[in-house]
Amino acid sequence: MQRTRMPHAIQPDHHRLRARVPEKMPVALTVNGVETRLKVAPWTTLLDALRDHLDLTGTKKGCDHGQCGACTVLVDGRRINSCLTFAVMQDGAQVTTIEGLATNGALHALQQAFIDHDAFQCGYCTPGQICAAAGLIAEGRAKSAGEIRELMSGNICRCGAYPNIVAAIQQAMGRS
Amino acid sequence: MIDFQYARANDVADAVRQMAADPTAKFIAGGTNLIDLMKEDVERPSRLIDISRLPLKTIEETADGGLRIGALVPNSDLAYHPAIEQRYPMLSCAILAGASQQLRNMASTGGNLLQRTRCYYFYDIATPCNKREPGSGCAAIKGLNRIHAILGASEACIATHPSDMCVALAALDAKVHVHGPAGERTIAFCEFHRLPGNMPQRDTNLHRDEIVTAVELPARGFASNYTYLKLRDRLSYAFALVSVAAALELEGGAIKEARLALGGVAHKPWRDTAAEAALRGQAANQAAFAHAADLVLRDARGHTHNSFKIELARRGIVRALMQAARGSPQSQSNKKIL
Repeated sequence: MQRTRMPHAIQPDHHRLRARVPEKMPVALTVNGVETRLKVAPWTTLLDALRDHLDLTGTKKGCDHGQCGACTVLVDGRRINSCLTFAVMQDGAQVTTIEGLATNGALHALQQAFIDHDAFQCGYCTPGQICAAAGLIAEGRAKSAGEIRELMSGNICRCGAYPNIVAAIQQAMGRS
Repeated sequence: MIDFQYARANDVADAVRQMAADPTAKFIAGGTNLIDLMKEDVERPSRLIDISRLPLKTIEETADGGLRIGALVPNSDLAYHPAIEQRYPMLSCAILAGASQQLRNMASTGGNLLQRTRCYYFYDIATPCNKREPGSGCAAIKGLNRIHAILGASEACIATHPSDMCVALAALDAKVHVHGPAGERTIAFCEFHRLPGNMPQRDTNLHRDEIVTAVELPARGFASNYTYLKLRDRLSYAFALVSVAAALELEGGAIKEARLALGGVAHKPWRDTAAEAALRGQAANQAAFAHAADLVLRDARGHTHNSFKIELARRGIVRALMQAARGSPQSQSNKKIL
């Protein structure tokens, strides 16, 4: 097979590019109700800002390519993949992560429902599943189990806990 | 990912000015495709011009009874907009057939048009790809090409366009409004995306210093007899192997007007006006639909692993036209195909 381009890691200009001092930019985020100010490089994703700069490691990095949903958070009330947006793009946004769902020590209805229905095994996808389900309920589009499955298809569960996840979401929707 | 500069555009003219000033800059809106490509080192912009805060987020009525959709309307908002659901339900279905709700919440209307192919070799910078590196060759033609094109491909490129939304927009005769240094111009939807020819590095006829500002729908929405049938390897959250947007206007069992566009089969949404013309005036039945499918696929050509797509497309077209004629569009949550 013809091979005309070297992988980026060994391209001659790589060191020159990396040698430049990154220019950090100020970002204001309200995360779980708390106003925070950060200085991050433009290429810091929202996911990395949450995990590495704010120590909110509940949000998981699964694929880092928007294919698994483990990084799902709510931005201005809407569920998104935090791995596919740069923190600088979200300046001024309200972000809710799994750490922000419980109120006054009481679990969110979805967190309790996931426990009640044993809706996980390893638990790695669970923060993303729960944040996605919170977005799903806020959207108000899913009524049937089929609609829940379809609108939760952006969250992959490697352990295959899907039936219990759907049951947990139905319980939280008040339709158990 | 390489380092890059980040700047926001203040208005459309400013965005165009910033882009004209930096030949290696890229616009960013939703970012769902561009950031992924940057992580893979496929895209290496020196500067990102963030257009996501420009005031292009409204859906407005046009003077001739259509709708003008701002380029920054998120895919989810577009799919669930009451006017789209009621007057252009095929577009709503096509959008909901693609990606996940998280991605639809992020992705913009204009960005959906400009997303790049998901050809494995385009994404893998260790392999040749004429789209990524013009002149380097095509690894897909003799490689793993199960997901690749069966129509309109070239010796240089057999990649497919990944969008579902664009298939419906092609069938609906949409128009794309763009703004560049010389002002505004309008591009017919079927003239927006290109076939690969010997320049597969160019996906569209948009100039690099132009910005998509809106997508316009004509009044005719085919809200009674339509479907978007997407056939793929898993039931949700997968790109189409073949998808079919089909819309009919019926008059006493005869076809007055027909629209037919396919996704997953070519370098652009594949609309076939010859097949549509052949359907006009015919009785809406299986024989007419099978003839239309034969016409669409008259020049179809498979590669090592994707010849199955020709028969899949043939059956998909007939089934989609049957669904449209019956007035029973494919459900996007119940995946049973009737």
